[in-house]
Amino acid sequence: MRKAIEKNARILALFAIACTATVGLVNELTKGKIARQEQAQLLKTLHDIIDPEIVNNDLYQSCLLVTDELLGNNEPHTVYLAKHDEKPVAAAITTTAPDGYSGNIELIVALNYDGTVSGVRTLKHQETPGLGDKVEIKKSDWITSFTDKLVTADNQHQWAVSKDGGMFDQFTGATITPRAVVKAVKNTALYFQQHKAELFSRTDSCRENL
Amino acid sequence: MTQEVATPELADSEPADNELQAQRAALKSEYKELAWQGLWKNNPGLVQLLGLCPLLAVTATVTNALGLGLATLLVLIGSNATVSLIRHWVPKEIRIPIFVLIIAAFVTCVQLLMNAFTYGLYQALGIFLPLIVTNCAIIGRAEAYASKNPLAQASFDGLMMGIGFMLILVVLGAIREVLGQGTLFDGIELLLGDWASGLRIQVLNLDNQFLLAILPPGAFIAMGFLIAIKNAIDSKIAERQPKPEEKAIERVRVNFDAS
Repeated sequence: MRKAIEKNARILALFAIACTATVGLVNELTKGKIARQEQAQLLKTLHDIIDPEIVNNDLYQSCLLVTDELLGNNEPHTVYLAKHDEKPVAAAITTTAPDGYSGNIELIVALNYDGTVSGVRTLKHQETPGLGDKVEIKKSDWITSFTDKLVTADNQHQWAVSKDGGMFDQFTGATITPRAVVKAVKNTALYFQQHKAELFSRTDSCRENL
Repeated sequence: MTQEVATPELADSEPADNELQAQRAALKSEYKELAWQGLWKNNPGLVQLLGLCPLLAVTATVTNALGLGLATLLVLIGSNATVSLIRHWVPKEIRIPIFVLIIAAFVTCVQLLMNAFTYGLYQALGIFLPLIVTNCAIIGRAEAYASKNPLAQASFDGLMMGIGFMLILVVLGAIREVLGQGTLFDGIELLLGDWASGLRIQVLNLDNQFLLAILPPGAFIAMGFLIAIKNAIDSKIAERQPKPEEKAIERVRVNFDAS
């Protein structure tokens, strides 16, 4: 009896080692490629919302980690700083809309240094397909309606969906999702206006932590 | 058979040849049977109804369906082949944990490879890629077939079952994509590379997406129709086949009074 158990345990252990080794090997082989893919994907999104013509620094490397209530929750968010000859041009801030219809909506908001919105993209969401998923650029160009908008002290009430008297359309059948996105973009823009000088003077990088 | 009669002098070598031929014929018919079982008669999607979770969840477009189908196919062939190779060394008490280990390892490898080479699709499939581990079709084939049969047949069984599953996924994906968004092969370039973006077809022009088709309930309904169609075809075939004539049982009249 005991012998059988020992034998089985040995066989199981051998298989576990072999399987782990295989997975480890494949991981080692694909690691670099996966990192490059992620980087390329990120850069593509960043170039979509910040005109690459006016930026000449390495966007991927010049990033910061920040935490602020205005960015939706207390998780660290990444800020990518875009500069032209060391002069600040724009920043892309990842932000969370915590009040989506089903869970958080992860956004990236790019703002020009003067505070106007340069572009917004949805990174991740679980909104209803066909209704709330129009926040994706693939499904609808609604998300581009933020471009060139500016939050000032006077027009804050306009930063809402038209149902609430604001300047952004809601979608048929979905008000909660656009409402959450509009609020998140507004808060991010406010955050940027309050902190932009500080952000561009920071010298640390989020890549150092990796 | 006629040869045997005509050339009796070769009688010595005949039995061996015949045996080989018989073996080959048996093998051929086994492969045929495996293909028939996997693709139609015992299709994991339509008949065994295994792996319903990914089947219903990711088939909103052909691209997603094809991606998951290919991933499942790879895992199925790999796990069937490995299970068949090691079948003599695995004591039967611990076979299930070992099968699970092997399947999990294959799924993780496929997942890593897809992450590296089809990044967009990997993002689109999300959690359903690692969930292939829990697809009962895979462990089912490992247990029912691969653990008892040689490498070649087991791999072939994996191939056929995988293709059968993938076909159902793709058909379901096509139905839902056409009804839901009016397109076919939308986003196929995520799977096959940029050259394939021309494959996208606009079948219908829909002002609004047909929500039911996109959401999981639409998948259930479409799946129900597919199963119904398959059963209808099966019963048609069965009808057409000449029925083995029922032998009329002749009653022997035992009538003692009459005589």
